[in-house]
Amino acid sequence: MSIQVKFFASLKETLNIDDHDIKSATTAGEAWDIATTNAERPDNLLVAINLEYAQFESTVKDGDEIAFFPPVTGG
Amino acid sequence: MATYILEQSFNPWESISEHQKSTTLHNQFGATATFIGTMRDFNDNETVSAMMLEHYPAMTQHYLEKLINEAKKKWDLLDILIIHRVGNIEPGDPIMLIACWSSHRRASLEACSWLIEELKHRAPFWKKETRINGEYWVEKNTDGL
Repeated sequence: MSIQVKFFASLKETLNIDDHDIKSATTAGEAWDIATTNAERPDNLLVAINLEYAQFESTVKDGDEIAFFPPVTGG
Repeated sequence: MATYILEQSFNPWESISEHQKSTTLHNQFGATATFIGTMRDFNDNETVSAMMLEHYPAMTQHYLEKLINEAKKKWDLLDILIIHRVGNIEPGDPIMLIACWSSHRRASLEACSWLIEELKHRAPFWKKETRINGEYWVEKNTDGL
């Protein structure tokens, strides 16, 4: 089992972390805990599973791509 | 309908013209509504000398296509063009172009306005500004007023 975990923008710099795979997780929140070694979640943290916005309680499965990032600021 | 994420500067007026020529819209549209977002050289009363735009490529593409599909369901549109810059940007450079074509003005005007706001709130782009004292991530979008 493998789940891809990605980090973007200020979050990536603050955590000083690279994208990597984790072996397993049941929810997006658990994936965060495993991938960041239990780093504190920023209040404004957003999560996407397979390119769709999700919740930290959302379930994840083998092969999923999970992304964590701060509020978006495009346009 | 087309979306482009560009790492190079672009001329929005030429992009609109080229897109119109490349489609089969000739003599069908009665209205074209456009929005062009341009990089300013200030923010929060500080000088901004440069900006870097990061994005999440796969999700960005997915969301731009999703927004276009949602707009097509909401309004009777003939065509939509969205272009967004990423990478290193200088003051005065266009950042984003949204153009909507419709038979009558209301659809294109409303869709263009809706697309701007939805893109700013949902598409995964992030701005990092270079100011006099260093580089800073933009924490949230302005309210547009």
